[in-house]
Amino acid sequence: MAGAGGGNDIQWCFSQVKGAVDDDVAEADIISTVEFNHSGELLATGDKGGRVVIFQQEQENKIQSHSRGEYNVYSTFQSHEPEFDYLKSLEIEEKINKIRWLPQKNAAQFLLSTNDKTIKLWKISERDKRPEGYNLKEEDGRYRDPTTVTTLRVPVFRPMDLMVEASPRRIFANAHTYHINSISINSDYETYLSADDLRINLWHLEITDRSFNIVDIKPANMEELTEVITAAEFHPNSCNTFVYSSSKGTIRLCDMRASALCDRHSKLFEEPEDPSNRSFFSEIISSISDVKFSHSGRYMMTRDYLSVKIWDLNMENRPVETYQVHEYLRSKLCSLYENDCIFDKFECCWNGSDSVVMTGSYNNFFRMFDRNTKRDITLEASRENNKPRTVLKPRKVCASGKRKKDEISVDSLDFNKKILHTAWHPKENIIAVATTNNLYIFQDKGN
Amino acid sequence: MMLSKGLKRKREEEEKEALAVDSWWLDQGHPAAAQTPPPVASSSLFDLSVLKLHHSLRQSEPDLRHLVLVVNTLRRIQASMVPATALPPVPIQPTVPTVADSLLSSSDAGLSASVASLLEDLSHIEDLNQAPQLQADEGPPGRSVGGAPPNLGALDLLGPATSCLLEDGLEGLFEDIDTSMYDSELWAPASEGLKPSPENGPAKDETPELDEAELDYLMDVLVGTQALERPPGPGR
Repeated sequence: MAGAGGGNDIQWCFSQVKGAVDDDVAEADIISTVEFNHSGELLATGDKGGRVVIFQQEQENKIQSHSRGEYNVYSTFQSHEPEFDYLKSLEIEEKINKIRWLPQKNAAQFLLSTNDKTIKLWKISERDKRPEGYNLKEEDGRYRDPTTVTTLRVPVFRPMDLMVEASPRRIFANAHTYHINSISINSDYETYLSADDLRINLWHLEITDRSFNIVDIKPANMEELTEVITAAEFHPNSCNTFVYSSSKGTIRLCDMRASALCDRHSKLFEEPEDPSNRSFFSEIISSISDVKFSHSGRYMMTRDYLSVKIWDLNMENRPVETYQVHEYLRSKLCSLYENDCIFDKFECCWNGSDSVVMTGSYNNFFRMFDRNTKRDITLEASRENNKPRTVLKPRKVCASGKRKKDEISVDSLDFNKKILHTAWHPKENIIAVATTNNLYIFQDKGN
Repeated sequence: MMLSKGLKRKREEEEKEALAVDSWWLDQGHPAAAQTPPPVASSSLFDLSVLKLHHSLRQSEPDLRHLVLVVNTLRRIQASMVPATALPPVPIQPTVPTVADSLLSSSDAGLSASVASLLEDLSHIEDLNQAPQLQADEGPPGRSVGGAPPNLGALDLLGPATSCLLEDGLEGLFEDIDTSMYDSELWAPASEGLKPSPENGPAKDETPELDEAELDYLMDVLVGTQALERPPGPGR
């Protein structure tokens, strides 16, 4: 059962790595989002070049039942193109900020992908047969002269090589002045929200020419602007509830039944600042970069620069659990401010049973925290460990003092190798971890 | 900076550019590296923040989160630098005191006002944007261009104006942060008719006349930049 035993009882092994081998990273190949679909059979990535690549898990090999299927490329398409906004003389980046899957209703798969300004609904469908035997067309598509037709036949479907087609079904544009940071599909599966720095809009999946503004924190006087929206998500079960986080470290829970414009929150989650840790950078490191509800809907997790916090929705004044991701960076905040790393936006994710949470760090390290055993582990996504079924060795960072063997000192961490995006299979112990331009897939060793 | 379609720009180049701007900070003793901040922030942390602010503002479309966080941090640093009578003498570097005084006296209002006016301009652009909202989605990115030229003018003005602020000395930097540069009468006739907002913010109340010399300089910068950026052609 996924998650049983927790992060430390699981022995994580390298499974696959996707992407270019060389260190010369092309800008367009930088992975910007990773997301499993609801069954876990499909894994989507978006990149800075506006492309979406979908991997599909192979059917489990009945004989080799100890290893789950590999993920292979299923579909690749260009979701967004660079655009030019003539009114503002600005280029709109094609980078995919987020992908969210819709639950499957028929043979086709649907996902939402967004860049800074425009959200698109894509339909991914398979074609494995084609009609043959037309009366008026040759097999190559040329039209026949009708006068040469002497007999009629009924066209039949014949099998063909599998073709996976992606087509844009809806384009939701012109509703965001600022940069979109989040999209989230409602549990009613009819509506979804999109959030930018100052506003959140509610859409109906069928309607593209209008959206409903549900949160607006833009001050009347822009010189009063001190806070922006950083992430937003719908509650997994309550279709009227959503949360949004801010650059000041607060989370607001809103109920759409209370009023049309949800500027007044129903709940405000905020932890008072620890006075002993106060610094000039306190606000920056409190800025929340990701918020995710647990699958159960009872908890939500937030990621700020140094920690992951679990909140009980019934308790607003402090989180119920706090996990330090890389506390050794606290004494380096000035340098990290200088090189802008302090503004990096790390994401976080839950495992299927909500017992383990995962997030990324620097040096291609990623961390898992078991909520039950309270143990944590640091692993590395690196091609050096790429023997399948070899258990990954835990890593340790030496904060200060004498460095033990196999430990890495803080000063030798590579801050250009950051893991911002991770995803956990909804049902199994399979994780996808994105380094700058590579996607790593890890699995647990045995059933 | 337009990226050609399909052109893969090596990431290292971009990083080198970014590092080149900031790396000269490393040569100074870095008094700000201490874990607990001193009662007064060192001026290098202040300068670093100002540099970040200007770098952020110079982007064609600033990252609002980055901007807001830097501004808030800068305000915190400024607040700690304001000398109170009760504070013990602060160990700042000998060359700094004269600069610090002029910084502190003019910076707070000037800085807030300049950031405010720039953000205000961003929001005015948005107001113009809002008008033809319910367009067909699949339409081309270009929209009704009726209101475009004067506002584009404001945006263009922000570009060269902010970059030239950095080239002046530190004192000149803050003396020049006078929002009258952005709200000048010279550009008002075309833009005023299209800026619907009646309130102009506190900056306008204290608008002094622009120096003739400053005006000439600004015009030169503007014209110079436009000549560089726009190839000769009809319509501009």
